[in-house]
Amino acid sequence: MINWFKFASPASFYPLAGKLWPWFAALATAFCAAGLWISFFVAPTDFQQGEGYRIIFIHVPASWMSMFIYCVMAFWAAIGITFNTRLSGMMSAALAPTGALFAFLSLWTGALWGKPMWGAWWVWDARLTSELILFFLYLGYIALTSAIDDPRRADKAGAIVALVGVVNVPIIYFSVKWWNTLHQGASVSLTKAPSMATTMLWGMLLMALAFWMYSIAMSLYRVRAIILEREHHAGWVAELPEMQR
Amino acid sequence: MNWGSASEFFAMGGYGLYVWGSFGVTFAALLVEALLTRKRLADTRRLLRRELAADREALTEHASRRP
Amino acid sequence: MNAFVAIVRRDLLLAARRKSEVLTALFFFMIVVSLFPLGIGPETAMLRRIAPGVLWVAALLAAMLSLNRLFATDHQDGTLEQMALSPTPLAVLVSGKVLAHWLTSGLPLVLLAPVLGLQFDLSARALGVLMISLLLGTPILSLIGAIGAALTLGVRGGGVLLSLLVLPLYIPALIFGAGAVEADVAGLGAGGHLSLLGALLALGVFFAPWAATAALRIALD
Repeated sequence: MINWFKFASPASFYPLAGKLWPWFAALATAFCAAGLWISFFVAPTDFQQGEGYRIIFIHVPASWMSMFIYCVMAFWAAIGITFNTRLSGMMSAALAPTGALFAFLSLWTGALWGKPMWGAWWVWDARLTSELILFFLYLGYIALTSAIDDPRRADKAGAIVALVGVVNVPIIYFSVKWWNTLHQGASVSLTKAPSMATTMLWGMLLMALAFWMYSIAMSLYRVRAIILEREHHAGWVAELPEMQR
Repeated sequence: MNWGSASEFFAMGGYGLYVWGSFGVTFAALLVEALLTRKRLADTRRLLRRELAADREALTEHASRRP
Repeated sequence: MNAFVAIVRRDLLLAARRKSEVLTALFFFMIVVSLFPLGIGPETAMLRRIAPGVLWVAALLAAMLSLNRLFATDHQDGTLEQMALSPTPLAVLVSGKVLAHWLTSGLPLVLLAPVLGLQFDLSARALGVLMISLLLGTPILSLIGAIGAALTLGVRGGGVLLSLLVLPLYIPALIFGAGAVEADVAGLGAGGHLSLLGALLALGVFFAPWAATAALRIALD
């Protein structure tokens, strides 16, 4: 049985994160190479959408990641509120920019997919609209936590925003979907349009794994910076090998 | 293999702008995020090193002044 | 329960002393709604189509104007700390404040909306549905708004931040509220929308005071 709480202290997590992130970065690169190979060289041309459909190999994984990262943030928020650990707030703060970036990329690639397929950069499709709202939720979290000077208070306030947000995400998605069907919006859905061949699924899965590993590597890397920024008066920081110059 | 030549590959059957616009921006954004975070960590470390050096200097000065 | 009633009565009394705040939000609501026909054009068919959305969006913005002051004045004069220390659970007192906020900023909107709806040539039936949807929907705005107000208490640039936090969470209420009127105008029946709005309200009454209380405790630490 590993004592998980041992790693919950920033002093012991800092070196652990430093050891772990290169491995996740390497995994991300490997999955990405395989995913790109499948998306460009193995997956055949779609008979309806031509080569344009290849955008979904990053669009769909980016959307998945943006939703998944929000859930992980809410998970750390819940841990932080129940166990009152400092590290969980730092993990949430480290994840938010990456999640927001994936939400933005999902919107960006969705627009670039929509232009040739629907003839418009933006369509009020239920998925795209929910993704936009998710992006706003990320911006709200980042804006609130960076406006509060005391980091502990920022973490706790951020945790409440993340939890309230995660309760609301399904409600928002459902309401937007309802709204969309009522108004007979775009009937073509981004993920359903091409018949899902197994090679395509593999390509998307590999790219999703690559983004996942990237997010882990990135959050571990960023949490190191956050730990140092916040703990700079702690004794253990002065003892770090990289500080002895 | 889907592509006869490199130019065919880059044209993407007429969807080149959209496909490369998506993939290019995605990977550029991830790269920029990584570089910015690296800079953040490096800046923090530099700042902390300077703080520690100043602390040590103050300590040794204090010690040498003592009779 | 006595404390709850006392808080509601006290906040209503305070609002009655500062009528200008309530009236400002109402005038804002009227002006925003009246701007739309000027910006879009006076064709009645078009106005009838956009009326539910315009009225609802204007109500969202008007209800948000006064959120800033929901806890701020009590925070400044120390009343909030006394409330946190009182034997009554803070969540009860927060619920009282939310109810008072709705009575002073939500209910007037509900009563004014039909008059403004006439500008958009809505039928009497549609006006009734609009009122019911606002009656069910504006408490949700106060409840969710209370969480945002508690989180941004004493934070730099709190006002803009509050809208950034709260507006995305208002979207379901907006969709079902405006959708109810639209569905009724289209002859589809507003029952589904209204019951979903009611479900949201029930959810909000249950969870929002609790979340707002947690946020207040952080601000008071």
